[in-house]
Amino acid sequence: MKFDWFVVPFLAGLTFVFGFCGIKFYRCIRQLSRGEKLMLKKHVFSRSLWLSVKEIFSESLLHRKIFRTHPLLGYMHASLAFGWFLLIVLGNVEVKFYSEYSVNPPYVPIFLNYFEPVTAPNFFGRGFRFLMDLLLLVILSGVALAYFKRFNSRRFGMQRTTQHHFLDRIAIISLWCIFPARLLAESLSAAIYHNGSFLTNTLSKWLSALPVESMLYPAWWGYSIVLGAFFFTLPFSRYMHIPTEVLLIILRNAGIRSHYFGHPYQEVDTFSCSRCGICIDACQLAAVGNSVQPVYYLRSLRYQKPHENLTENCLLCGRCVEACPVGIFSTDIRRHERTLGHEMCNTHYAFKYQLKNNTPIEVLYFAGCMTHLVPAIKKSMTSILDHSGYSWRMLDADEEICCGRPLLLAGQITAANKVIMHTRSLIENSHAQLLVTSCPICFKTFSENYRLSIPVVHHSQFINMLQQEHRIPVHRRNISVKYHDPCELGRGMHVYNEPRSVINRIAHLQPNVHEKAKSLCCGGSLGNTYIDMETKLQLADQALQQMEVQSADYLITACPLCLKTFSSVSPIAVKDIAELAAESIKDTIVPFVKVIEENKSATFAEK
Amino acid sequence: MPSFGFSVQPPQHIDLDKNYRAIFDFIKENEPSFQRCIYCGSCGATCSAGNFSQMSLRKVNLLISRGQISEVKNLIDNCLLCGKCQLVCPRNVNTRKVILLIHKALKMPLS
Repeated sequence: MKFDWFVVPFLAGLTFVFGFCGIKFYRCIRQLSRGEKLMLKKHVFSRSLWLSVKEIFSESLLHRKIFRTHPLLGYMHASLAFGWFLLIVLGNVEVKFYSEYSVNPPYVPIFLNYFEPVTAPNFFGRGFRFLMDLLLLVILSGVALAYFKRFNSRRFGMQRTTQHHFLDRIAIISLWCIFPARLLAESLSAAIYHNGSFLTNTLSKWLSALPVESMLYPAWWGYSIVLGAFFFTLPFSRYMHIPTEVLLIILRNAGIRSHYFGHPYQEVDTFSCSRCGICIDACQLAAVGNSVQPVYYLRSLRYQKPHENLTENCLLCGRCVEACPVGIFSTDIRRHERTLGHEMCNTHYAFKYQLKNNTPIEVLYFAGCMTHLVPAIKKSMTSILDHSGYSWRMLDADEEICCGRPLLLAGQITAANKVIMHTRSLIENSHAQLLVTSCPICFKTFSENYRLSIPVVHHSQFINMLQQEHRIPVHRRNISVKYHDPCELGRGMHVYNEPRSVINRIAHLQPNVHEKAKSLCCGGSLGNTYIDMETKLQLADQALQQMEVQSADYLITACPLCLKTFSSVSPIAVKDIAELAAESIKDTIVPFVKVIEENKSATFAEK
Repeated sequence: MPSFGFSVQPPQHIDLDKNYRAIFDFIKENEPSFQRCIYCGSCGATCSAGNFSQMSLRKVNLLISRGQISEVKNLIDNCLLCGKCQLVCPRNVNTRKVILLIHKALKMPLS
């Protein structure tokens, strides 16, 4: 067996990484519940594993999602990850070609040119050398881009980048050194054995003036040391994401999710964060000077540093989850961490509110707390429901009752469950066939936490249905509007098309850069108890500027909270989608009234 | 002794030096906007929980600033954290955080 002392740093590092990851992964999997282990087993030993393999290839190696964020950034990541992967694969194939042993220790492919320098390569040998040089060039271009990104991240589509801590910096520097060190060692060996290809050969010609033979051995030592340094820092730095992401993808595709704070999936999530910093630009709080993005939150969670304000100071809008190339559910982790103090609001809700009217109806309308602050929506919904021809009743007509989501988002699950049980019994006892709500916050809670026996729809879906069935008249107006997707309705419940089709029937809908899954948060989110109202309004103002609302006549939204927050800073009028639909009904009726009045006056004149 | 229907009122004066002001100081420190409250009562007027109970953030704030905390727990236990008070507050007090801080302060031993 071939051996030289210089491989020790590399070999020790590699053993350390494999040992660390093995123990870590084993612990995580062991902590899963029995049901979850069964799910994992089912996934791994079935054809669905193919999905995970495909995802690992496209996300961990090719980084498709980062390509979608910015092509140059994607190339930087893909060249390093996929290039290095191919280099390892090709190195192993090359060893099989030359070595007399069938099994080789892991360092032989890495340091092949030291152990078995090919003095006179044949056609295949030259092909291998060419491919290896090409891959090295691709990786080096990635490294060069990484250097460049330190100085000018804007070219990579990133306004802000992560502030790395000490260990990460060491890991980054050793990663940056690995490939130049390899290039140097290979070029020196090419200068001696004349077995290089286009890259190493060219460099070897420049290096031939130097004492190459005495430099070669230290160069191999240097290459091994930087590899070892990288491997030793890997488990404690951001690069732990490389092995963990594989496990994360498998667990995620097996359908395992974290549902309490400290769940093993959550640990895999925190270790999978590559601290790439893509979430920083996605987070609107970054623009007002808050460093609370998932990258920092997950980091302090991983190193168990105090981070109370990081847990609380989050809008839970979900933009970071949407942007994350790894697919980490950071908002879920925050929500679960907030529940740690859940007994705080353990309460005695003195609910006196009981149903007064119990006649069976078709549609039950739940306005929601926030809608009560915007009476225009209530009024519009009343007119729409009156025109719909359905028998209906408003559940919270005179007194407001809560769906429980504000308490849920603050982590007070004990209190929230009491509210949910109470409101649920009210809804169930009303014997309606459909529940319509005006508030996306309530809509999400009713759909996810209530397990109701009747279907729940948001009023934009309900209006869309009424218009499609011609139950309410539609009058097209000559106005152009912009639509803002509320977080809870869009990213939360994936209702994107219904509001758009309602608007398209009534007005001209202007395109919006920040729409659908990429829509902005109004800032008024109930998820954040930390920031004050001034910051919230600042967020709203920024969101309006980014949406370029000035070009439209109205800003349309489907959430009373968004409406309330936007209307205090918006340069144009903000309306709810229900108001638009109700005005459209009025517009169809008004001409008739006018005609009747005109006829009347005409008959008066005749007389 | 004949009853005339009158009774002796207990003394009503508030002694800020003797009252328990630790909670007030704790909230003031962690959420400075708490001090901006002008006790206008907008929060209490819009309060959802106020429909079913005596809950009013104005009252709670007043009691805490006076150091009369015996009643506070009963009142804020009704809060649903819906945040309507924050939207109507003319002084932009971060009401939801204030409520959570009161809960926290009542739980922990304050010097």
